[in-house]
Amino acid sequence: MKILTVCGMGVGSSIILKMNVEKALRRLGVTADVEVADIGTARGAAATADYIVTSGELAPQLGEVKARIVVIDNLVNVDLIADSLGAALREAG
Amino acid sequence: MSDKLSLLGLLPEQSVLVNASASDWRSAIRLAGEGLILSGAATADYSDEMIATVEELGPYIVIAPGLALAHSRPSPAVRATGLSWVSLRTPVRFGHQDNDPVRLVVGLAATDHSQHTAALGGLAQLLADPARLAELAAAPDAATVRRLISNFEPEVQS
Repeated sequence: MKILTVCGMGVGSSIILKMNVEKALRRLGVTADVEVADIGTARGAAATADYIVTSGELAPQLGEVKARIVVIDNLVNVDLIADSLGAALREAG
Repeated sequence: MSDKLSLLGLLPEQSVLVNASASDWRSAIRLAGEGLILSGAATADYSDEMIATVEELGPYIVIAPGLALAHSRPSPAVRATGLSWVSLRTPVRFGHQDNDPVRLVVGLAATDHSQHTAALGGLAQLLADPARLAELAAAPDAATVRRLISNFEPEVQS
């Protein structure tokens, strides 16, 4: 499974998001590759990703992608990320 | 925490501004830019780049309630990896639908995509606790901010 964390520049919030998604996955007992992308390259990178985790501000800018989008508005709250990601994983079966 | 790429190593006292006044989000980002200029991490152009990032992509840099991570991409205006810190006397709105108003702006200048990763991880853990974020945002001077950070031991990343 591949998860893409997306922010505007790929150097700030997406790195925090990547680390916290990895923590959330450990809590959920799920193994996945987590990669960082900026909004400019995210559409291309999304072609091989199963999930995209990003903020509500950036999600609409991704346009049509095949990957399931998980929106997180508090990037430092691992509990919230684990809840949202866990729900998305369950929904996908 | 004496490592120069650690959270404290990247945030010298001169880059910490507390109880500052900003009339709007642009001036709050400019204050964060000043801290990066003072430490030699960035030139004045980087402040414009951080503001342009929000103008182009929206206020997604407000990463948690009350907290903005002002940054742009690596560019000629970035001289070294560094952080700055601005706590605001009166919170300002960035236009974020959930996380406004912003009480603390952390500025980030990055020379590449990896050097600052560990420090950002520490910062994220430090500010994940809303009570600690509030305590840091209300710290009366730069020395107190740095002492509160040095008292915090991030959990080891596996």
